[in-house]
Amino acid sequence: MGGAPPGGEPPSMGLRKLLAIWIAKLAVRVSRVFGRGGSTFPGTLARRVAPGILLTLGVQLPRGVILVTGTNGKTTTARMIAAVLGAAGLRVVHNRSGANLITGVTAAFIAGTDWRGRLRADIGLVECDEATVPRAVGELPVRVMLVTNFFRDQLDRFGELAHTVELVRSGAARLGPDAGLLLNADDPLVAGIGRSVSLPATYYGLEDGRHGVREMAQSREAKHCLGCGEPYEYSRYFYAHLGHYRCPKCGQERPQVDVAATRVDFVDARGLELAVRSPRGAFTVRAALPGLYNAYNVLAATAAGLAAAVEPEAIAAGLAQVTSSFGRMEPISISGRRILIALVKNPAGFNEVVRTILGDPDPIRLVIAINDNDADGKDISWLWDVDFERLAAAGDGIDFIVTSGTRAEDMAVRLKYGGVETNKITVEDDLTAGLARALRETASGQTLYILPTYTAMLEVRRVVAHLGHARPFWQA
Amino acid sequence: MIGIGPEIKICHLYPDLMNLYGDRGNVIALKRRAEWYGLRPVVDEVSLEAKPDFRLYDVIFIGGGQDREQQLICLDFQKVKGSSLAEAVEDGVVLLAICGGYQLLGRYYQTGDGEQLPGIGVVDVWTVAGKKRLIGNVVIETDVIEGPGPRTVVGFENHSGKTYLGGGLRPFGRVINGYGNNGEDGGEGVLYRNTLGTYLHGSLLPKNPDVTDFLLRRALVRRHGVAELRPLDDTVERRAHEAAIRRARSKAH
Ligand SMILES: [Zn+2]
Repeated sequence: MGGAPPGGEPPSMGLRKLLAIWIAKLAVRVSRVFGRGGSTFPGTLARRVAPGILLTLGVQLPRGVILVTGTNGKTTTARMIAAVLGAAGLRVVHNRSGANLITGVTAAFIAGTDWRGRLRADIGLVECDEATVPRAVGELPVRVMLVTNFFRDQLDRFGELAHTVELVRSGAARLGPDAGLLLNADDPLVAGIGRSVSLPATYYGLEDGRHGVREMAQSREAKHCLGCGEPYEYSRYFYAHLGHYRCPKCGQERPQVDVAATRVDFVDARGLELAVRSPRGAFTVRAALPGLYNAYNVLAATAAGLAAAVEPEAIAAGLAQVTSSFGRMEPISISGRRILIALVKNPAGFNEVVRTILGDPDPIRLVIAINDNDADGKDISWLWDVDFERLAAAGDGIDFIVTSGTRAEDMAVRLKYGGVETNKITVEDDLTAGLARALRETASGQTLYILPTYTAMLEVRRVVAHLGHARPFWQA
Repeated sequence: MIGIGPEIKICHLYPDLMNLYGDRGNVIALKRRAEWYGLRPVVDEVSLEAKPDFRLYDVIFIGGGQDREQQLICLDFQKVKGSSLAEAVEDGVVLLAICGGYQLLGRYYQTGDGEQLPGIGVVDVWTVAGKKRLIGNVVIETDVIEGPGPRTVVGFENHSGKTYLGGGLRPFGRVINGYGNNGEDGGEGVLYRNTLGTYLHGSLLPKNPDVTDFLLRRALVRRHGVAELRPLDDTVERRAHEAAIRRARSKAH
């Protein structure tokens, strides 16, 4: 069975569905009055009243839906695609608040309708949790399915990585005949989906050999060939298990790349410039984002723009507007202190953040806030797969590290066994107190890094927003 | 710190394949504490096809893996390493096996289809695939660790296999919070000679320094007849241990 076909015809909206939309819109207003984000609850409500609501709304999109999934980079990539589509003059409906389950998608689509149930958009952009992919494909007219990468993440929710890959693959297998896949060629697990599904696939990947390394650090997500089980041979690794690989036994290898970054330059501490080779010719794009991992996100967004028939000029213009989204190394100033906040949720991402911090010449001042609530993943074992040994090697370059959150103590143990001197580590379970302490020890003009897991990030945001507007309480 | 005491040879089995859930934290903990005790740890990584004499090691570690990896290792055990590892276990080598590694030491793993994947059978346990995944924080109480009174051990479990122990065997501990071997009989893990099998990761050893020291001590006694370890400052570890107990209780199943 294929996905829902895109239409363009304004549908005759049944009364029940209209009612669902009204109820959901009212729910949004009510939850706003009570000061809650409530980004999924209205969706849940609407789906109760009219289970087919998303299907009805989706078919109104003349250009269908771009679905973005994978472990890392979903939110950043989707934001960039939204900017690219916007620069091309398209009206986009997008579940931008990171509500990437089916209820969140439904809520976002309802928010994009008028009171008569008409979706005021040309194209849908859906950031989708891996486990939700099969459902989203069943309910939405997906034209392009973009898969960024697969890393171990929240294992207790999905069981095992192979299962996550299979969820996405089964979703891809259900796509309609007019759909196409957009896949990261450098991730063997992602590229494998292209081989197992009979739909046209476009591959993107990095080809600037200057940034590759011959040895992989820690992550070992895809060491063995999906075809025959033999270990892959890599000529270079770019980021964790992403790189140029080939199976010496059966010959399965990184596919031919359609959209390539032939050159990646780091313009300054947090800017990227990519030379792109594509079927639409060669062109250059820039984005104010740091790190090689963001080069993948920029390239993915570029490839998605091309897939949606956006001109290279508009793609470049859209990407130029992008700045790092909240929680992804956006600098904030608090009384002259430079505060950088980065979400941490798996070893590969955390290792990149550590690499960025080590690249900063300032002494290291750090708050690491680890929660183990459902949304963070209840199993915090992954902390042992992060290379804190590299951080510890900074030695006296470390000023202090405050560990906080529900698993503050586990984090402290990890740092101790990583080789960080215990007199540099302070355990402060209460995050507000931990942040206050770290800010007290950071002088004006100095930098403080804050690295929270997902639910800790929400708390960090609240505290930082409070500090931004109120008199700094740590001076009281 | 460079130790001047005896060398302690650690074997990390299949680090490239059996490395789920931060398993390498256990090897890090063994190595660090050995250093802090003034020993000289040497870690060998041993993967497919290699066939060392396992009796030469002091401590062997094997972690958990995904189904695919576990099948590769099942084959490697049958063809290459199984007999040497079994001999070493009978010889009293210290072996810590977690989750998938624990299952592979037993007689078999029976899949949902009733197919039986053979283990090396050195420990009289067997595992049957369950319908439900047993996930969550675990606290057990054990009396196998030397010292006054029973000790708590904390960790995280995530398995669908249910493991049962043969008649002569006692579990590693008794479940206070969580599921343990099978969620039915209240037992968690197994201790056979100096081989400790368990479902607890988390990682297990860093937050349970008593267990790490228990393994190191048994390894030293096997090699040198004595083990004298002067006490370390474990404040950070003990706090994490206590916090894990509180966390498990606050979210009891
Ligand atoms: Zn192969």
